[in-house]
Amino acid sequence: MKKTIGVAAAAAAIALSLSACGGGSPASSEAKGEINYWLWDANQLPAYQQCADDFTKANPDIKVKITQRGWDDYWTTLTNGFVAGTAPDVFTNHLSKYPEYAAKKQLLSLDDAVAKDGVKLDSYTKGLPELWVGQDGKRYGLPKDWDTVGLFYNKAMTDSAGLTAEQMANLDWNPKDGGSYEKAIAHLTTDKSGKRGDEAGFDKNNVAVYGLGLAGSGSGQGQTEWSFLSATTGWTATDKNPWGTKFNYDDPKFQETIAWWAGLIEKGYMPKLETTVGASLADNFGAGKAAINTTGDWLIGQYKTYKGVETAFAPTPKGPDGKRASMFNGLADSVWAGTKNPAASVKWVEYLGSTACQDVVASKAVVFPAITSSSEKAAEAFKAKGTDVSAFTTHVKEGTTFLFPIADKAAKVDGIMKPAMDAVLSGKKPASSLTEANNQVNDLFK
Amino acid sequence: MMTTLTKQQQDPAARPGLPTAGKTARKGRLRRLGDLKMALFFIFPAMIGFVLFYLVPTIRGVYLSFTEYSILGDPTWIGVKNYTAMLGDELFWNAMGVTVQYVGLNIGFQTVIALGLALLMHRVAKSTFIRGALLLPFLVANVIVALLWFWMLDYQIGIVNEIINWMGLPRIAFFGSEQWAIPTIAAVNVWRHMGYTALLLFAGLQSIPNHVYEVASLDGASPTRTFWSITMPLLRPVMVLVLVVTVIGSFQVFDTVAVTTGGGPINASRVIQMYIYQKAFGESDFGYASALSVILFLILALVAFVQMKFLKGNESDLD
Repeated sequence: MKKTIGVAAAAAAIALSLSACGGGSPASSEAKGEINYWLWDANQLPAYQQCADDFTKANPDIKVKITQRGWDDYWTTLTNGFVAGTAPDVFTNHLSKYPEYAAKKQLLSLDDAVAKDGVKLDSYTKGLPELWVGQDGKRYGLPKDWDTVGLFYNKAMTDSAGLTAEQMANLDWNPKDGGSYEKAIAHLTTDKSGKRGDEAGFDKNNVAVYGLGLAGSGSGQGQTEWSFLSATTGWTATDKNPWGTKFNYDDPKFQETIAWWAGLIEKGYMPKLETTVGASLADNFGAGKAAINTTGDWLIGQYKTYKGVETAFAPTPKGPDGKRASMFNGLADSVWAGTKNPAASVKWVEYLGSTACQDVVASKAVVFPAITSSSEKAAEAFKAKGTDVSAFTTHVKEGTTFLFPIADKAAKVDGIMKPAMDAVLSGKKPASSLTEANNQVNDLFK
Repeated sequence: MMTTLTKQQQDPAARPGLPTAGKTARKGRLRRLGDLKMALFFIFPAMIGFVLFYLVPTIRGVYLSFTEYSILGDPTWIGVKNYTAMLGDELFWNAMGVTVQYVGLNIGFQTVIALGLALLMHRVAKSTFIRGALLLPFLVANVIVALLWFWMLDYQIGIVNEIINWMGLPRIAFFGSEQWAIPTIAAVNVWRHMGYTALLLFAGLQSIPNHVYEVASLDGASPTRTFWSITMPLLRPVMVLVLVVTVIGSFQVFDTVAVTTGGGPINASRVIQMYIYQKAFGESDFGYASALSVILFLILALVAFVQMKFLKGNESDLD
């Protein structure tokens, strides 16, 4: 029957610690052999498979074996692999995860290679390469792509509500009354009898279409949920970024933003948090249950696949500072410190970070590659498919991005902030309760 | 385990430990020692598994519970700090509360329903097909069952909510609301396990000799009276075994939570196993997670002991 997890974990730990001792075999300095590469996004697999084929053509001595694993399994399998000595030589890395791996000395520093092979760091979109420089000043990854967030809206609904694409692209927001952003959301909300959210007699308990969809409370980052709003108030998650050690969830600017956002539920413009368990934000949009979704550009492809729904894109609203904002997240490829084949691994990472590979990725129109010129090619590839992605690229062009908060102990911060944010959003606690959660978070760094 | 129990009841002579005179006892002990080699030979394969996968990991788990260990790197000895931290850990107490709530609902409903089913199987449904059908949910993997219900009970697109809506009632966020999450998870697991539990109880019912019932009916006892005065007392050893096994299994609920709510909403369904998993594999805090596991282990041992002791699970009223 069922075994206790503790026992299973301990068993795994033993097996792992035994094999960890065997990691001392000499590393090959020649760039040849087979290397393993992991990524989590199945949509990007074809592009990277082509990169691998091209790479092997140019370097017949090196074979690249690509494994794709879903996000949920990816990180635990990777951690186990580090300990067991079976981790991939090269893998796609995330900003929320790499600080811990770097601190635990699991990542190979790429500084020597970058210097020796003359990798042009300035060919990447500004700000991206620096994200991967650890607290110790060493470089642990070469950027591969970036993402921003935007408004995904149902064109048929905005048309029938009399909102033009231009209006949608020029919304403004403030935490007091929500600005024209809230007006649009209210107007797009309809109840079962067809009354709009801003009309008299609107029945908020029988909503047919919500103006704004809800994915979840966003935990401590709110990347696609609220960070694009809170940032326009001048709020930042940490005292400095990267490597902040003091969090600012007690700031009234932040709490006002969250209070306004949670208030949409009370007004009937956004679904209750409890209804989001199980349902995917995108699928509810596809089913016509929400007019606007705020989410990231990596989902453009998925939103385009819903039959009978025409999805259009608008940039995030302008905030009290008169500017838009979007979190700027970027992935990179890192080399595992325990690789048997560092030379070939570094070579593969450099190829992944080169124009040759990133142009291939660009041509598939799934994500925006990190190299500026490749990113422009991706925008053209999207355009060729009939998708206008300017809502996402505008942040990079106008410099309205801000960085994903990179900090140590991300998993523990998340463990505190997720329940705390859930409590506020479900109406159990006021936004001011986040001050207490903030104290708990800051205690982690004492 | 089931078979040995029933056998013991049918054949009281086979019960060991009957008081005998000194000489025979000594002879018996010698004979038993003579069997030792053979016994060890047969136990050996199972022993390897036990030592390798249970004993050593358990001991190491206990050791790790006194350390700070992030899996990458070596464990550092910190004494009882993990345990003292647990006392002040609100999430731990919340997890214990949630788990107890789950166990109460799960075991309560499961045992009553299973007993009803077992009686039906015993008295009414003699067809092997129907008896087999009751076991069907148990033959489906836990995670599949959980996902199946997760979709059927979905707030927006689940068939159950469609039906509720069609009847004109408000939709229910089964997995999403704090009040419903644990009862829903408990109900899903009751649905999966009741057939299996019923089968165990059914085996127990079959071991009750028919003549006792015949005497009861001759005395003109009503069916209710027969149930409470004959069936229940004579079913007790099996019932206790079933309770011990199901309560222990119930305390360890994990998969259903992991694939549905993941511990939410807020902290409403973060059962103890889920909390251990999150601490160990989410936050890489293997030391603290081990300490939690040790506590869970102690609680389960205590629960099993209390059940066996006070419900007299190793004695039968048939003697």
